[in-house]
Amino acid sequence: MGPRLPALLKDAALTAFVAAALGLFIVGFRTVDIGSTKGLSFDYQFVDLAIAVAAIFVGRLGLSMAAEGQRWPALILGGILGVVGVSSVNLPSTFLHWFVGLAGLLVIGRTLWPSADRALSRARQSPGGRTVGRIGARWLGGILLACAFLMPMMPFADQKTMDLGVLILTYVMLGWGLNIVVGLAGLLDLGYVAFYAVGAYSYALLSTQYGLGFWSVLPLAGAFAATFGLVLGFPVLRLRGDYLAIVTLGFGEIIRLVLINWVDLTNGPAGVGDIPGPTLFGAVFAETAPPGHRTFSQMTGIPFDGTQRLIFLYYIILGLALITNLFALRMRRLPVGRAWEALREDEIACRALGLNPTNIKLTAFAIGAMFAGFAGSFFAAKQRFISPESFVFIESAIILAIVVLGGMGSQIGVVLAAVLLIGLPEWFRDLGNYRMLVFGLAMVLIMVFRPRGLIAHREPSVRLHAAPPGGGG
Amino acid sequence: MSAVPPLIDVEHLTMRFGGLLAVDDVSFSARPREITAIIGPNGAGKTTVFNCITGFYKPSSGRLTLRGDREYLLERMLGHEIGQKAKVARTFQNIRLFPGMTVLENLMVAQHNKLMQASGMSIYGLLGLRRYRVAEADAIELARGWLERIGLTVDADRPAGELPYGAQRRLEIARAMCTAPCLLCLDEPAAGLNPRESGALNDLLLSIRDREGIGVLLIEHDMSVVMKISDHVVVLDYGRKIAEGAPEEVKRDPAVIRAYLGTDAGGADA
Repeated sequence: MGPRLPALLKDAALTAFVAAALGLFIVGFRTVDIGSTKGLSFDYQFVDLAIAVAAIFVGRLGLSMAAEGQRWPALILGGILGVVGVSSVNLPSTFLHWFVGLAGLLVIGRTLWPSADRALSRARQSPGGRTVGRIGARWLGGILLACAFLMPMMPFADQKTMDLGVLILTYVMLGWGLNIVVGLAGLLDLGYVAFYAVGAYSYALLSTQYGLGFWSVLPLAGAFAATFGLVLGFPVLRLRGDYLAIVTLGFGEIIRLVLINWVDLTNGPAGVGDIPGPTLFGAVFAETAPPGHRTFSQMTGIPFDGTQRLIFLYYIILGLALITNLFALRMRRLPVGRAWEALREDEIACRALGLNPTNIKLTAFAIGAMFAGFAGSFFAAKQRFISPESFVFIESAIILAIVVLGGMGSQIGVVLAAVLLIGLPEWFRDLGNYRMLVFGLAMVLIMVFRPRGLIAHREPSVRLHAAPPGGGG
Repeated sequence: MSAVPPLIDVEHLTMRFGGLLAVDDVSFSARPREITAIIGPNGAGKTTVFNCITGFYKPSSGRLTLRGDREYLLERMLGHEIGQKAKVARTFQNIRLFPGMTVLENLMVAQHNKLMQASGMSIYGLLGLRRYRVAEADAIELARGWLERIGLTVDADRPAGELPYGAQRRLEIARAMCTAPCLLCLDEPAAGLNPRESGALNDLLLSIRDREGIGVLLIEHDMSVVMKISDHVVVLDYGRKIAEGAPEEVKRDPAVIRAYLGTDAGGADA
């Protein structure tokens, strides 16, 4: 190793010291409940802390060696961390296994990244690579769609997987809806969940109070949410950027507070329960049908199974999401869609060309809100119980994160980001509370490596010349 | 002068920002099939006059009468209506294209109102009716014609922000023309162009004047452009009109020379 080794060791030791100082109180101590009368007591986790600090020391050393170009020592250090992480050495917690293993992966990745990056960009530049890239981009949507359609028929599709699928698709739909407002029209909306809440409560109240069915309320819920979109749109017409974000954030909170406090209508924080699920040609998905209805198994003769309801819900949300997608794609190629994008690019130029910014903003708000309303009434029908708890700000933030991380305006990007942001925390459930750390790490990594989102490519809405072969679509 | 009625009459236009009098009782008119240049030193109020005409500012007082398909009082109209109904189009001193959209899309956005009507507020468009498809094809043809005239046909599907500076200037003019205006207002179209590009711009502006038969209103610092192509020149200084007439007359006007070169011909620091 080079003469710089002492300096690198010193740097790694310093990093480890900082980590130890920070971690002493965060990781080193833990409060334990020792019975209701005695209260809390300390538990010391200094072994955990020592292992983490050691991993940080080795990892930092490996990273700086990789940065110095000393690839073999870096790879060996990364390898040691990786092996300790995945081996059956008895580390005190699962989290430490993940921590050490991921640190090893990071060091190895950092070491190999420059050459991998060179090879990738070379492959991308070559004519063959370009064609593959274009065809890949074209078929990616089709492949994802086929996967989505076939998912419920797969052997691994148990209740948990189906639940996750429905959840991800709900966020995909919300992402596609918000993409119209944020990605196309460039209006930063931090209160999108308000329209989701309007849709959910529309269905919950109309079905429990007036006995209306899911399919007849669905368009109504969309219309109500769109109306709320217009109501929000009017006062914020003159605002842009940060100011608009603040007002929409406030609007989202107002809706939630109204839901909590207007007890006569919404039953307040207790929420609305016993919401009927969606029906298929009047058939309900339950073991026994309420009077006046029949069950799915009575209608078709297929014996009752608990997962049928989930599969049905899955296909409903898949259909709703696809409608949202097709609508957004179609609108984008129409004058109104181009006007949304033009408004995002330069509002003053729009005005000079005789475009009415008021109408353009209001249509974007109303249409985006409408799809949130559809998704909301689906959510109510799926959960069968809703309360204001479900419509907190973090939901808006997650939907916005999906749109931004996916690449503003990119439909496929929204799908990938939703799978990542909703799927990851679920898959990493055995990490306990640390899974949010993984969530944050994933977001930081995306922003570092793809600052403009996962898919930053923009396909023109109209072309003069034919698209290059394999592209377009 | 000729018997053609003026296209736009600017009468006693005054624009006040708090205590600052940016435009002080300026009157002039511009005719169709003519290029009218507004010149003057920096801060003379040229762009303010433009912003009043195109609805970005509401004048403190004065009247702006445009005779297009009918008479419009521009000072009473909302910003976007001036482009939509009165058909006044403009470009900006600092180019304002839609940089992330392609060159062709920029020209399609300019035809928004026409296309919006044809798409039946998007309903015919969503259904893909023939009526909308025909209108869209016509709009693309119009855009194609303009792209040929400004020499950007090969770049039609590139993002407008990637174009070189001179091409962006030409594209902004073509985009304004795609709104089918009766008055085109250009704010320093030759700024930052090299002599060759500036010559091409002159040809473009002359061809717009002669072939489209519309009025052109032009703010310009580049005297070679002003003297070569304008039919009528209005000179502003400190918000006031100090001279008006044919380019040759204005060039010899002592008030204009004074405004450009300093107050005193014998001044040591001029």
